[in-house]
Amino acid sequence: MTGLPILSIMTFLPLVGVLIILLLRGEEQDVARNSRYAALYTSLFTLAFAVYMYLNFDGSTADFQFVEKGEWLRPLGIGYHMGVDGISMFFVLLSAFLTPVCIISAWESIEKRVREYMVAFLVLECFMIGTFCALNSILFYVFFEGVLIPMFIIIGVWGGPRRVYASYKFFLYTLLGSVLMLIALLVLFAKTGSTDIPTLMANPVAPSLQIWLWLAFFASFAVKLPMWPVHTWLPDAHVEAPTAGSVILAGVLLKMGGYGFLRFSLPIMPDASAFFGPYMLWLGVIAIIYTSLVALVQEDMKKLVAYSSVAHMGYVTIGVFTGTVQGIEGGIFQMISHALISGALFLCVGVVYDRLHTRDISRYGGIVGNMPVYAFIMMVFMLGSVGLPGTSGFIGEFLTLMGAFQINTLATLFASTGLVLGAAYMLLLYRRVVLGPPVNQDAIEMPDMNKREIGLLFPIAALVLWLGVFPNTVMDRIGPSVDKLVADYQKHVKIELEMTVDVEGKKEESAE
Amino acid sequence: MEFIAVFAPLIGFIITGIFGTKMGKWPSIVITCGAMFAAAAASIYLFYAVNLQHAPYTTVLANWLTSGELSVNWALRIDQLTVVMMCVINIVSTCVHVYSVGYMSHDDHQIRFMSYLNLFTFAMLMLVTADNLLQLFFGWEGVGLASYLLIGFWHHKHSANAAAQKAFVVNRVGDLTLALGMMGCFAVFGSINFDVIFAEASKYADTDFVLFGQHLHAMTAICLLLFIGSMGKSAQILLHTWLPDAMEGPTPVSALIHAATMVTAGVFLLARLSPLFEYAPEIRVMITLVGTATAFIAATIGMTQFDIKRVIAYSTMSQLGYMFFALGVSAYSAAIFHLMTHAFFKALLFLSAGSVIHALSDEQDMRKMGGLWKKIPFTYIMMWTGALALAGIPPFAGFYSKDIVMEAAYASSNWSGQLAFWMSLAAVFMTSFYSWRLIIMTFHGKPRSSEEVMDHVHESPSVMLVPLFILAMGAVFSGAFFYEPFVGGEKAAAHGEMSAGHEEAGHHQPEVVPHESGGEDTVWARQSFWGDSILVLDENDSLQAAHHAPKWVKFSPLAVGLLGIIMAYLIYMTGPGVPDKIRRAVPALHALSFNKWYFDEIYDFLFVRRAFGLGRIFTKADRKIIDRFGPDGGATASGATAKLFSRFQTGFIYQYAFVMMIAVISLLSWFVFRAGQGG
Repeated sequence: MTGLPILSIMTFLPLVGVLIILLLRGEEQDVARNSRYAALYTSLFTLAFAVYMYLNFDGSTADFQFVEKGEWLRPLGIGYHMGVDGISMFFVLLSAFLTPVCIISAWESIEKRVREYMVAFLVLECFMIGTFCALNSILFYVFFEGVLIPMFIIIGVWGGPRRVYASYKFFLYTLLGSVLMLIALLVLFAKTGSTDIPTLMANPVAPSLQIWLWLAFFASFAVKLPMWPVHTWLPDAHVEAPTAGSVILAGVLLKMGGYGFLRFSLPIMPDASAFFGPYMLWLGVIAIIYTSLVALVQEDMKKLVAYSSVAHMGYVTIGVFTGTVQGIEGGIFQMISHALISGALFLCVGVVYDRLHTRDISRYGGIVGNMPVYAFIMMVFMLGSVGLPGTSGFIGEFLTLMGAFQINTLATLFASTGLVLGAAYMLLLYRRVVLGPPVNQDAIEMPDMNKREIGLLFPIAALVLWLGVFPNTVMDRIGPSVDKLVADYQKHVKIELEMTVDVEGKKEESAE
Repeated sequence: MEFIAVFAPLIGFIITGIFGTKMGKWPSIVITCGAMFAAAAASIYLFYAVNLQHAPYTTVLANWLTSGELSVNWALRIDQLTVVMMCVINIVSTCVHVYSVGYMSHDDHQIRFMSYLNLFTFAMLMLVTADNLLQLFFGWEGVGLASYLLIGFWHHKHSANAAAQKAFVVNRVGDLTLALGMMGCFAVFGSINFDVIFAEASKYADTDFVLFGQHLHAMTAICLLLFIGSMGKSAQILLHTWLPDAMEGPTPVSALIHAATMVTAGVFLLARLSPLFEYAPEIRVMITLVGTATAFIAATIGMTQFDIKRVIAYSTMSQLGYMFFALGVSAYSAAIFHLMTHAFFKALLFLSAGSVIHALSDEQDMRKMGGLWKKIPFTYIMMWTGALALAGIPPFAGFYSKDIVMEAAYASSNWSGQLAFWMSLAAVFMTSFYSWRLIIMTFHGKPRSSEEVMDHVHESPSVMLVPLFILAMGAVFSGAFFYEPFVGGEKAAAHGEMSAGHEEAGHHQPEVVPHESGGEDTVWARQSFWGDSILVLDENDSLQAAHHAPKWVKFSPLAVGLLGIIMAYLIYMTGPGVPDKIRRAVPALHALSFNKWYFDEIYDFLFVRRAFGLGRIFTKADRKIIDRFGPDGGATASGATAKLFSRFQTGFIYQYAFVMMIAVISLLSWFVFRAGQGG
């Protein structure tokens, strides 16, 4: 397509920024300022490349684009293979978009170890983009796990009072899953002799083996997404993480789970996915209802948004495992939309946290009088989270449910109660924080958002509304890839019934 | 033209929403009201061009969403039903806008208020112009949002915020079944565009469909979901609890949203989807029963309330019940007819009540009113006009629309129609009773408010009175004027007999009655007026039969209505102690009515407290079960590891990261190498 190795440039450009920041010398103040700017410019350059990629992306084909192939571990035939299709392209764009957002949001609120902070974020960006571009399973694994390190450090160093517990919990959960995934990847390699994802997708392994592999992958992706009941690390991680950490956690890291399902589980283990699909639907339903109810009684703003994230990711689980075009496209759209809305909600929490240094909902109230711009912008994201038509949140929820309705109407009915519960907890949050009679003097003396905060949140709000009114901006580009994924997957669903009979038959034989 | 009618309010909203505070009060008012005048003028022109010239059309604006087989447009479907709704919405909305200029003039946030009104009108117009279910849903939730914003307009009031949230959440219950119904349509028809659905409906009349594990008749299943969806917005019984609380909003909001337009969205939805509901007779029985119950129960509650706005709110709910049972007996055009007359007279009643509240320095309790009629005579006359129309006294509009609704119910071939007739007859009595109870308590007798307040009582400024007058014109004349085209008139009756007899004779022949107007213009008045926008199967056509209902059916509502007025007069004018005596005579009944049949208490117990209780239990479960046997358990087991991890915050970040990376990569390489050799 183009001669430029654009994916590699995007992946490794942040590391150049890291190098520059590490070379900075001088007074602490100067270093802090210079590293802020160095990080910002690096991430903006990366974003520029990402936009270039988006503009040159061919939305009419399901093939991988901007493909790069090189040698890495030659004796084993493990190649360096990068490429994006409709499914991964938007996640790359999202990572490149949210990193500068995070850097700007931390402009004033991070005062200690600024240089290290910026380095951590740039390293994180490298790993995130790498994860979504990698087309070699081992390469994918390196990036996928690499993300853990900077995130662990961001929570553990710049986090709140219980940061050690939170970061450790985050690490433990995720590591457990990834060890199993590593084993599964190696088994796949041993069986097929290939670590190339497109090759693996074209040649699924035997159905009986798929079940075990699927479970191993599931362990990793379910924790990342996170799915109920392995979600308990998320509220703690969010609460303790600095604002920007929460944004990137909600915006990109959670999406790696959903992306993993779409890149590995569905295409490489289609029979197993069809087998486990119904259970996944119900796990998604449980996640939506359970965490929505939990969100209803939270007193901590960040915890509430964190639990709402788990609920929204429940829609993603449901959408992906319907195996229908609407469900999967809805799941992808929901991930994009949730990244923007939830990320922005964390930024909104950060805005008032920077002023009052508390996340306790009851410490606020009636701030619409002194912060009208804030009230407006938070209203937009609140409505997006509620899934009001005209915002991107609606398209994602609606399409996933529409996909699910074709598979299981009862599960859809239960899942759709999330629409009511979601409205209940978000409106309650908004009412208690923004509306009502003024309670606390210091809360109603807070100044409204400054230019930096406005400049940060308004573009995201505009995106949320744009995607709500013109979702085809995304749909047109993910369409062919999803069509192909669904077409391949449906072939296996049809023979899935015979397969399960076979497996049982074999079991009986072996039992005898 | 349709662009002006729909998008003028949106432009008004955006301009005043962004620049309102910078421009100041009067420019904002000019823009918002100007937008409404333009929209109203454009919709009246459309009424001429589409309804009178019989030329419906659809304008596609853009593709909204494409996903697999699902493809949905932003479009404006301008047909007869749409234009009737557009006229009602834009005219009432214009009146309310102008009225608000006066009513809200003392409020610091008048600009925001006007801009919200514009937003509401736009959302409502998107709802009625949709050519697919998804855009309808956009408007549906959009009006919900505007309603939420306007109920909670006085956001420093705790009760207003609570009411706003309640309205949104309860409405969402209906919205989710509407969404499910939409998904059902897609599952059956493969499309959610009206054109496709309506064309295919008859083909799927006998299709089965698995819903929630049950084998159901496809049309019945879809219509059930869609109907429950409409119940939320139109405050039908079980999903009605938000409407009385919504009276926390400023009075113009109650008039526009919670009387004339938004709450009638459910009626519009069902009329719009008549081609589906015609094939779901069981659901139509259900609609009749729900509508009847709503009409009756709301009327009983209305008789004992003291808040002037709540009385009118329950009256609205009751009238919506009438519209629903009309829909249930396939008298769709009668339901829309009643919707239109009701929009005029109920908006009139609300705005008159607003004028009273305005005069009494924001007093809403009727126990603190009385003796006002000499001081505010114009408002008094307006209130009478609205009440006469509501009670169905000729020649006021309500007489025509309510009578045709009740006659259609009586003439319906289904038992549920009979039930609806008798129950609604009882409701007619209660309606006129509480209307005159309201008038007498407010305007007659001795003043019960303080001297100071009474001294301040004054007639509202003319910017508020002119809209009242325009609405009063509608409340007086719209019934007689539109009876003929909307529901077919007396002239049709003579001919109708023939065609009815004709139908009976050829009952077994699948004969289709010709739709072309030809020389029999008057016979097919309503068919020619509504065109294809409403479908009624011949065997369900209760309106045709309604014109042959016995004479007593036509006159009994009038007689009962007059009786209600007389009863109210006797009880509230003659003996001041009489109401108390009645209350003591039937304490249980009174308590039931006064406490609104305890719906709020029951719901609070069943749902609200359960949800919060479960939330608390699950929060604990996260800590005590999942964490305890998950990561925390693991942590205690490996306390040493925890200590190790805790050291990493002390510094050496890069070393750590580096070591991690090296470790991961070397571990990997080792595994890979071994695997490579093994394989």
